[in-house]
Amino acid sequence: MSAISIPPAAGSPGSAPQAAAGDRAHTRRGRWYRQPTLMAGLVITGLILFAVIAAPLLTSYNPDAQNFTATLQGPSAHHLLGTDQLGRDTWSRLLYGGRTDLQIAFIAVLLPFVLGTIIGSVAGYFGGWVDIVIMRLVDIVVAFPFFVLIIALVFVLGPGERSIYIAITLVGWVSYARIIRGQILVAKRQEYVAAAQSGGLSPVRIMARHLLPNVISQAIVYALSIDIVQDILAIVTLSYLGLGVPPPAPDWGTMISDGQNFLTTHWQLTTIPGLAVVVTGLGLSLIADGLADLMRLGQS
Amino acid sequence: MTAAGPNRSVLEVIDLHVEIASRRGVVHAVDGVSLEVPAGQAVGVVGESGSGKSMTLRAVLGVLPPEAKITAGQVLLDGQDLTQLSNTQLNRVRGPKIAMIFQEPMSALNPLMRVGAQIAEGPQVHLGLNRAKAGERALELMRRVGIPDPERRYRAYPHEFSGGMRQRVMIAIALSCEPSVILCDEPTTALDVTIQDQILRLLTQLCRESGTSLVFVTHDLPVVAQVCDQLAVMYAGQIVERGPVKEVLTRPSHPYTLGLVRSAPDVDRVRSSLLAIPGSPPSLINPPAGCRFHPRCSFAEQDCHTTMPPLRSISAERATACLHYERCLEALDAQGADR
Repeated sequence: MSAISIPPAAGSPGSAPQAAAGDRAHTRRGRWYRQPTLMAGLVITGLILFAVIAAPLLTSYNPDAQNFTATLQGPSAHHLLGTDQLGRDTWSRLLYGGRTDLQIAFIAVLLPFVLGTIIGSVAGYFGGWVDIVIMRLVDIVVAFPFFVLIIALVFVLGPGERSIYIAITLVGWVSYARIIRGQILVAKRQEYVAAAQSGGLSPVRIMARHLLPNVISQAIVYALSIDIVQDILAIVTLSYLGLGVPPPAPDWGTMISDGQNFLTTHWQLTTIPGLAVVVTGLGLSLIADGLADLMRLGQS
Repeated sequence: MTAAGPNRSVLEVIDLHVEIASRRGVVHAVDGVSLEVPAGQAVGVVGESGSGKSMTLRAVLGVLPPEAKITAGQVLLDGQDLTQLSNTQLNRVRGPKIAMIFQEPMSALNPLMRVGAQIAEGPQVHLGLNRAKAGERALELMRRVGIPDPERRYRAYPHEFSGGMRQRVMIAIALSCEPSVILCDEPTTALDVTIQDQILRLLTQLCRESGTSLVFVTHDLPVVAQVCDQLAVMYAGQIVERGPVKEVLTRPSHPYTLGLVRSAPDVDRVRSSLLAIPGSPPSLINPPAGCRFHPRCSFAEQDCHTTMPPLRSISAERATACLHYERCLEALDAQGADR
């Protein structure tokens, strides 16, 4: 009978902090909007997304329309941010350029997310030599600097959207594989996994239905904040180097690079798209920091 | 080995060895365990924490932790050796033929999956039912294990259930594909006493109805007496005594069993203190020579230090691994005379 008396004795001190954690989780859920970092990030990112999506409402100019009678103008009532060397409206190009870049970034973040999640799950769940082989592969990719490897890959594949997707996927999956593998290593020791195994469920089913829903959140936060910033920077960098979106499609990297020739006389042509990149990155990074803070609170 | 007839064994474990690789050496967690589970009967396995009870169960199902390995032995389920099966083949057996109920109903349910979906998953995979049919079956199972308002509870998550209700869900999952054996790893240890009794009654009743055999691992002797027909006592990775429950508990013929029985509180006689077994369980990396219990045994003789006693029959149904088991009976009789 001694066995019966043990669980309540061990359970009662444990139940108090559990209840406290529950309270905290409750207040936390009610107060996520009071997290200043997260809120600032959401506002900045929200404004940018709104501007980019509502571009046709915010400008009446076609971003590609050239007007040789009005080149290199300063800001005015007609052209809010002036025009470039081909007489194209900078404000319009800024909005539509953001459209291009963010759209590519959102797709480019999805592919490595899916690939890395699958590979990381397999490595973490099966372990053994599968894990060793996959993680050495990850080490090899990580050994190269992110931007250098992407630029090299796009250079080999040739400029264009498709090359950007391929390059970012080939380089970006490693982060997701690492995150998911680590989480799976911990989660697969939980009893519910042993229970699923003893119920005769296949490894694929256990990974997809039981493990991934429990471990995916960290990878999602990483994708939507840290990784997407990195991808936007990569896309802009590639366009700046002439390896990205081919002209005349509007895009921030191309705008920065085109404006460089007029830096001494028309600094706004380079500075404004540059600032757009910085502010977008800032907004997404603030979201990342805010979410990380919230998750830390939730864990402690 | 599997004799035909009403009392044939559904599950037979023969000379099972499980070793765990650890930093300090190889742990012989299960060291030559043999068990027979007759059809429709409940077999209890008792022993201290770390005596290899849970490892035995996990080895039977092939759900050992990664650092543990079966190094020898057979696990025969209806004559089929489970240790020789590939994972895919094993998955066709786990669920429809053999199932397991875990100790902690809190952690053995997936926290992010609706309870109904977790019960319906087995029938969907193993019985080929479609989603709707499997859902109906899950509802019916929830009704059978006594979950009130199953239609509403079907869509609830495990954290919305109490401990006892969660264990009912676990029982429903175990029963969902009508296995012939259910392994229970201390299924009531995490529950309070009143719930414990309900769950035990439910489990035994459902198994009796469907003719399912039970292997019941616990360190709780009253629970064993309530649930089981046969009893095996484990110590340091080995079975030291085996026999029908009533006989083993009333006439223990191994000093370790005697110690277990004496260290359990007795409601009829409120004693000032319980008789604990002196010392602590031996290291399973370097188990003591001879009988593994001899350092803690009050009856130990010279030969106990050197001879490893085999599990030998002492009557038609009983077996012990003690060289001097008569001493236990003498000690019991002496104690009985004192009273």
